[in-house]
Amino acid sequence: MADALPTDAAPPGGLDRRRFLTWLVASPTLMVAARWGLDLPSAQAAEPSAPEETSLNLYVAVRTDGRVVTTLPRTEMGQGITTAVAMLVAEELDTGLDSVDVCTADADPRWLIQLTGLSSTMRYLAGPLRAAAAEARARLVTAAAHRWRLLALTLTTAQGEVHAPDGRTLGYGELAEDAARVLLPEVSPLPKSPGEYTVVGQPTGRVDARDIVTGAARYTLDLDIPGAMPTVVARPPTLRGTVQSFNASTARAMPGVVGVVQLPSGVAVAARTFAQAFAARDALQITWAPGPASHLSDAHIRARLRDAIGPRPLPPLLTTRVVEGRFDFPYLAHAPMETQSCVARVTGDTAEVWSGVQDPKFARSQVAAALGWALTPQRVTVHPIRAGGGFGRRFFTEAAVEAALVSRSLGQPVKLMWSRNDEMRQGHYRPASHHRILASLGPGGSVLGWHHRAAIPTVEFPHGFGDLLTAMAGQVLPDVTSAVFFALTQHVPYQFGWVAQELAEVPLPIPTASFRSVFTSQVGVANEIFVDQLARELQRDPVELRRSRLKSRRLKAVLDRVVLEGAWGRALPPGVAQGVAVLEEWDSAIAHLVEVDVTGGTPRVLRVVIAADVGLPINPKGIEAQLQGAALDAMSTTLSAGLHIDAGAVREGSFADYRWLRMKHAPASIQVHLVRSDDRVGGVGELGYPSAAAALANALARATGTMPTRFPILDEGA
Amino acid sequence: MPAHSFILNGQPVSVESPADLPLLWVLRDMLGVTGPKYGCGVGVCGACTSHLDGESFRPCLHSVGEVAGHEVRTIEGLADATGLHPVQQAWIAEDVAQCGFCQPGQIMAAVALLRKNPQPSDADIDAAMSDNVCRCGTYVRIRSAIHRAALLLRSGASLPER
Repeated sequence: MADALPTDAAPPGGLDRRRFLTWLVASPTLMVAARWGLDLPSAQAAEPSAPEETSLNLYVAVRTDGRVVTTLPRTEMGQGITTAVAMLVAEELDTGLDSVDVCTADADPRWLIQLTGLSSTMRYLAGPLRAAAAEARARLVTAAAHRWRLLALTLTTAQGEVHAPDGRTLGYGELAEDAARVLLPEVSPLPKSPGEYTVVGQPTGRVDARDIVTGAARYTLDLDIPGAMPTVVARPPTLRGTVQSFNASTARAMPGVVGVVQLPSGVAVAARTFAQAFAARDALQITWAPGPASHLSDAHIRARLRDAIGPRPLPPLLTTRVVEGRFDFPYLAHAPMETQSCVARVTGDTAEVWSGVQDPKFARSQVAAALGWALTPQRVTVHPIRAGGGFGRRFFTEAAVEAALVSRSLGQPVKLMWSRNDEMRQGHYRPASHHRILASLGPGGSVLGWHHRAAIPTVEFPHGFGDLLTAMAGQVLPDVTSAVFFALTQHVPYQFGWVAQELAEVPLPIPTASFRSVFTSQVGVANEIFVDQLARELQRDPVELRRSRLKSRRLKAVLDRVVLEGAWGRALPPGVAQGVAVLEEWDSAIAHLVEVDVTGGTPRVLRVVIAADVGLPINPKGIEAQLQGAALDAMSTTLSAGLHIDAGAVREGSFADYRWLRMKHAPASIQVHLVRSDDRVGGVGELGYPSAAAALANALARATGTMPTRFPILDEGA
Repeated sequence: MPAHSFILNGQPVSVESPADLPLLWVLRDMLGVTGPKYGCGVGVCGACTSHLDGESFRPCLHSVGEVAGHEVRTIEGLADATGLHPVQQAWIAEDVAQCGFCQPGQIMAAVALLRKNPQPSDADIDAAMSDNVCRCGTYVRIRSAIHRAALLLRSGASLPER
């Protein structure tokens, strides 16, 4: 593809400080590309050096039927990005939301960043998408002007049509070919200013809602890949246990069984139906060797973590009193509704896999390596498929590797599914942690220091995190370690004198993964609970103490808003209390106010009030959904959901004992109020978790008189 | 192998399979009906919730032999020629779904609830819907959607049969 005529599209002042390089792509119909993922000074960005050779770019294409197609290097997992992207494109192109098709790109190393995580999708794609769509509109208008021999500046656009002052109209589809040959747009190719928006910022239902409610939405195992055999895997009872020996003679003779294949992770059985595959799996006779964590149970793990905290540092000068808080968080399973699954078709020298992966490039390299093609990964095609929830679990792609190996061994396509037990007991987990926070108090109620030391088992980050954080941090971070990620992400938003936060990394042979909010799901939660403890020590109101110490204007604004909307301090009956907490992260700020009732024995959350500043709210309805969902996650893991490790095995096996909240536990309302301090696009996916958990814990402390320090608080099986 | 005949989404179907094959896999693997999802296989998550003779049931817990001669309805059979069922309409209006994987089951459970109790209270909804897990946390919107669907059903001149 030859590119022509780069346009240095500088968005209107105040909208976005970044500039995005856009250019026309040689193609039969209009196609505009935008460089993305780069945050370079404009002098560098304006260099039109055959960018298509080094990286893929975001495209906005207009077809002759008037439909607009955008290919997105991200995976829809329920976070609503497909809808938000369609809204941005429809806005800048002045076309109907239902005229925009958002397709997911196959894995391709030329995508600079293809990872869906770290609340980054809209932050990184909104700018270039707007630039590309605005440029496409300018070329369509110019094409119409040429056709009509009118001044382009006199034309307007609406609903996928260009309008002339005399009432004539031309549909975008009719102009798509001409627009591809427009050399220079004759109207501004710049994106609109937010004041002109009619689509962006309007609460909008998701574009795939109808497919979902009719059962037409296709997830990996719903795909109709001819001849794909249902496959399940017998897995060891302990984490990462291995097969010592097995006898499959009974299983192979069972009805419907197509084949039995030994894998590094267990023994796979393929059959005509999943029911038959499960039955044959259960008939396998396998001797397992215990996994590397078999010497570890909860008590050992807690002791290892506590031991890693070390001695107290010397407090700052003039310290009169040191207040200490200790917190314990459990291992968590991501437990997406759709278990890990993959369809794979491996032939002699190529492989094709379909799976809901959060990092398709990583999946491709893993599958290639497993098939012995590490040096020729281009033989592997990865099609990312809509996923039934991700939450960080789908950065890892064991199901794709297993499916590819079984397909190659059997010589036919397979659809491999993890059982719910597999998902719970052989996953990657949000690690457990132990925290010590020391607040040094001085004369006159002053806070002289805040020292947080967190002992956390090493978190396994996928390779794609390096690419993404490199783009975010502006410096090359090829290998993202726990220490790097901790340092980049963990901040204390208060003026607390000498502040230090340290990670004590504890290597344990239990597989880990990032989880919604990553370290903030523990460090940030503990901090905000301990701020309330500090308020009690200083005999100050938790809101008033926060207000007096917060450094961020945005945080003060969202705190003020929840205090107002949630009626902080209103009279409540005994046993009912409010709690607040705040968080600023990924260019967004949020405050939660939670009301909890402990009179019934088991705490019940009555209502949650949220104020969030996410900058420009692209789809307020989608943002509300994300924040409501994150609040439920926070309530679940604070109150009742956590894993136990018994001699290297995960005890919980399904939603029966992994007690994620149900309808009967959901509060009457989770209100979301948006505060808008500027028009930058902030992150949303992870934002809603930490301060929701802390506000709930703070409400519990105020209702019961005891600060919760060990989670989940309703731990029955410790 | 024995043949098992039942009515699926209004159409007679016949399947040759062992009688004890769980219906979920007959639907998904043999009949290509993929609306009911596998979430646990043991009846604790509700992702496969469908209707057996109009009552909510879990196809992962019932064999094909058990449903022979009965009427099975999945999410695919909920809308009819006249359009979406009011519960589906309410789900769209409240923008309930996130990842969407549990929603076919949630919707089928809600339809069954409203058939028995056309005007459920929050407590009724809690009691009827707490066996369906939504990992994305859409419960507050599900509750609103059920109330909205109840209104739609009460105001609707012609009540859908399903």
